[in-house]
Amino acid sequence: MTPFRYLAPTSIGAAIDALKASGGTAKLLGGGTDLLMALRARRYAASVVVDTKRIPELSGVNVRADGSFRIGAATPCSVVAADPALSAAWPGVAESANLIGSVQVRNRATLAGNLCNASPAADSVPALIAAGAVAVVAGPGGERRLAVEQVTTGPGTTALAPDEMLVAFELPAPAPRSGSAYLRLTPRTEMDIAIVGCGIALTLAADGTIAAARMALGAVAPTALPVPEAAGVLVGRRLDDAALKALDAVARAACRPITDKRGTSAYRIRGAGVLARRAAILAASRAEAQP
Amino acid sequence: MTFLGGQTGQRVVGTRPIRPDGVDKVTGRAIYGADARLPNMLEGRIKRSPHPHARILRIDASRALALEGVKAVVTSDDFVDLPAQEVAAGDGSMDFRSLSLNLMARGKVLYEGHPVAAVAATTGQIAEEALDLIDVEYEALPHVIDIEAAMASGAPVLHDDLFTAGVTPRPEKPSNVAKRIVFAQGDVVAGFAEADVVAEGRYTTEPVHQGYIEPHACVASWNADGQSLIISSSQGAFMVRAYTAKLLGLEIADIRSVPAELGGGFGGKTTVYLEPVALALSRRAGRPVRLVMSREEVFRASGPTSGSVAEVKLGARRDGTIVAAELVFKLQAGAFPGSPVALSGMCALAMYDIPNVLITGYDVVSNRPKVAAYRAPGAPIGSFGTESTMDELARKLGMDPLELREKNGAREGTRTAYGVVHRDIGFLETVRAAKEHPHYRAPLGPNQGRGVAAGFWFNIGGESSAAVNINEDGTASVISPNPDVGGSRASLGMIAAEVLGLPAEKVRTVVGDTASVPYSDMTGGSRVTFSIGTCMVGAAEKVVEQLKQRAAMLWGISPDAVEWKDGAAVPAGPNAGGFEPLPLAEIAAKAGATGGPIGATYSTKVQGAGAGFGVHICDAEVDRETGQVRIVRYTAVQDVGRAIHPSYVEGQIQGGVAQGIGWALNEEYIYGPDGKLQNPGFLDYRVPVASDLPMIEAVMVEVPNPRAPFGLRGVGETPIVPPTPAIANAIRAAIGKRLCSLPMSPPKVVEALDGAGG
Repeated sequence: MTPFRYLAPTSIGAAIDALKASGGTAKLLGGGTDLLMALRARRYAASVVVDTKRIPELSGVNVRADGSFRIGAATPCSVVAADPALSAAWPGVAESANLIGSVQVRNRATLAGNLCNASPAADSVPALIAAGAVAVVAGPGGERRLAVEQVTTGPGTTALAPDEMLVAFELPAPAPRSGSAYLRLTPRTEMDIAIVGCGIALTLAADGTIAAARMALGAVAPTALPVPEAAGVLVGRRLDDAALKALDAVARAACRPITDKRGTSAYRIRGAGVLARRAAILAASRAEAQP
Repeated sequence: MTFLGGQTGQRVVGTRPIRPDGVDKVTGRAIYGADARLPNMLEGRIKRSPHPHARILRIDASRALALEGVKAVVTSDDFVDLPAQEVAAGDGSMDFRSLSLNLMARGKVLYEGHPVAAVAATTGQIAEEALDLIDVEYEALPHVIDIEAAMASGAPVLHDDLFTAGVTPRPEKPSNVAKRIVFAQGDVVAGFAEADVVAEGRYTTEPVHQGYIEPHACVASWNADGQSLIISSSQGAFMVRAYTAKLLGLEIADIRSVPAELGGGFGGKTTVYLEPVALALSRRAGRPVRLVMSREEVFRASGPTSGSVAEVKLGARRDGTIVAAELVFKLQAGAFPGSPVALSGMCALAMYDIPNVLITGYDVVSNRPKVAAYRAPGAPIGSFGTESTMDELARKLGMDPLELREKNGAREGTRTAYGVVHRDIGFLETVRAAKEHPHYRAPLGPNQGRGVAAGFWFNIGGESSAAVNINEDGTASVISPNPDVGGSRASLGMIAAEVLGLPAEKVRTVVGDTASVPYSDMTGGSRVTFSIGTCMVGAAEKVVEQLKQRAAMLWGISPDAVEWKDGAAVPAGPNAGGFEPLPLAEIAAKAGATGGPIGATYSTKVQGAGAGFGVHICDAEVDRETGQVRIVRYTAVQDVGRAIHPSYVEGQIQGGVAQGIGWALNEEYIYGPDGKLQNPGFLDYRVPVASDLPMIEAVMVEVPNPRAPFGLRGVGETPIVPPTPAIANAIRAAIGKRLCSLPMSPPKVVEALDGAGG
């Protein structure tokens, strides 16, 4: 690890100033569970590490009066996963946050770090995309909002400028009779990286057909992959065998995976179809349980 | 010395006192190798080869030495250029030249991660910077990773002085096949001619790492008078001392080697990687040097066990009598000769009584890290092929797989293919205990299958010592010369307590350094509780003799008229006099007046280890869509002779099974075409986590070994032998397809289900 300066600003403005002053050589620290590993392994260097955990607005899960959520960028995953309101409204997001690393890792790691580390296999990202989450980005000129699927541009790269930082996620209030789920495929039960991940959110109509569906896949393309075709094959239908088969097919068709040490392309594609079906069944059962 | 073989009714042996090392470990106070600190200590780092195979043209450390804070750089010039010289070591043999070349490359690098230089600096950060300033010029050479590719003619040859041993005439050209071994008995051609049913298969396993939590670590200090101190975490302080002396050309008496607490070894710390390098750096710098491997270095440059190819053929009569077996094993040795291929061959069939056997083995080098011992070295490789084939044979015969094993099971007097005749073994008792276990008849759920497999490990003795010292307050301090990998401090203290007649908590065991206790072979081969236990009994019995003499002196009678009972001297009979029992504490308090300190050491070459047999039952559930395998129930039955501390024995059995499950399902080294390891970390080298494992039930069968204290047998290694075939057999039962290639990871299971494999 090469030496760096450590800063812990207490306001977003001060953090942005630090990023600007570094001329693009700073790194933002959320939980540090990816950053410190990378610095130690000298995968990249930083002149300044800017800790975001001391900025009050960046911490906490807040539910607003309209039922929508704001999750501070520096909120640890364990807090996200344990939040009762979020777990009830967006169980897929909560369970994805609960799958990252170990208990110790989740006590530090953040959703913003999970997204901005820009790994194609990040667990929380497909779940956030399925939930329709928006990333709130602060920069010298103020705030802008990006759909979560627009934040990463490739493995290790994001759409954020060097002097911008992610400050929060905003999640809408779920429609009545909605359910969501996130499932991942790993050789081990815990402490693993997704070979395939699938986040899905479904809304049921009064007659039991699917009124709305959003799905995204992880680890099957350079970035987490929204699969809009899922809505095409599900909306207006019941989640019967034919619908599941169609969902399996669109999930497979969307995949553009590589073969690497974690899995072959063929295995990832097969797994995407399986997870899409299983996640859909789980999400639908959660929607049915809603009043 | 008298042993209480098989005797029950002991007061301490067989109980479960609180483990003596537990509190220090869970509170973080245990002092491991990396925790040692000496005044003015420097931090060392090792420069490693980025190439899997290359000639070293030039090493220039001048830029590194010019960096502020850098105090020393060493290369192979700092080590003795040793001739090839094979010596006995632990479970097998080792060669000092290979050892030396492995810890510092000379002329050629043979694997990615092979050390080429080392640096010591005032901080770790400076040492790391200095690594980039050591200029090494290489000429890259073609490399070979896979075992059969390395055996093929035209393969890149690693060592131009390596000619296959064990073939006549001696080959004219060097090759990567270091050795060919053969074990034979009877006539396999005639045997197979008698067979009504033949089962055969080809099996492959991947190298797997021991996965100890603690990376290799040491501190070494070269003093101005030429005497040295080494503090390190290893499986043998005497081994560290001897190897370091040899590699640096020192006298053994000039090195004091102090064992640190050991954070796991599993065989992987029966050699040295760091200590001689740290001492060479210290010799140049004149200051103590600490060297600690990163996890990545552990994976790239410390020993896994071999990957293998096995061809197995078994023939039986219609009634299930196995009449012939023919096995071929090819084992990866890594960059230097020394795979456990002979042990694979010996262990593969040692559970059975088979008249006609031919076992051939090949020890093969390739551009991978040199293998090291791993828990029952070679035996799991042997069992995976043979016990999978046994399962197929049982299917072809329409016979219960445990009945097939019982029918052919080794018993008193069975002669093994490698020539040893079994004595006092408990294999049949173990098979029967498995057959009678409720698990064997429990119902299975959907997509579940049940498999069984047996396994064998020799267990060994060897040169050993122990010391027992009585303290003035009546407690005892006992010294083991062997680092504690599996609870030996507890079991050895209990053995001493039993002989002395003290409660377990009045006896404390420490692991001594090389200056505090006579020589002992290293910790390995499941030898410590047996071998050091034998010496502990010997030393404690000598102490009891002294205690009796002191009592006799106090009473004014002949020592022959004193007996030792329940921790006290008592008169041998009414004629000896009417004395009240004189407890150990009272004798100890008066030691000064009766001749001085009371204590003894005992050293011998221990022989007569009792073999360990295990039979495992495994239930696996297969997700037919994803290929994921979950082990839902596991029972491990093992003949332990006599469990000194049953909780530790159960822990050893459970630990062996856990490692076997990892080996079976997910662990593997992944190399790219560039010959570089792609998964040098626990994220992508997948040992099982707690949630991957079921509760593992350990069933202890006690068939005493009459040549061991209290009838005990070594227990630590046998339990890793049966799991890989037990799991393969369970998957076979669940999905109707046989997986012949480890690890049985989800993609391979899916492939088998889809019909492409299996």
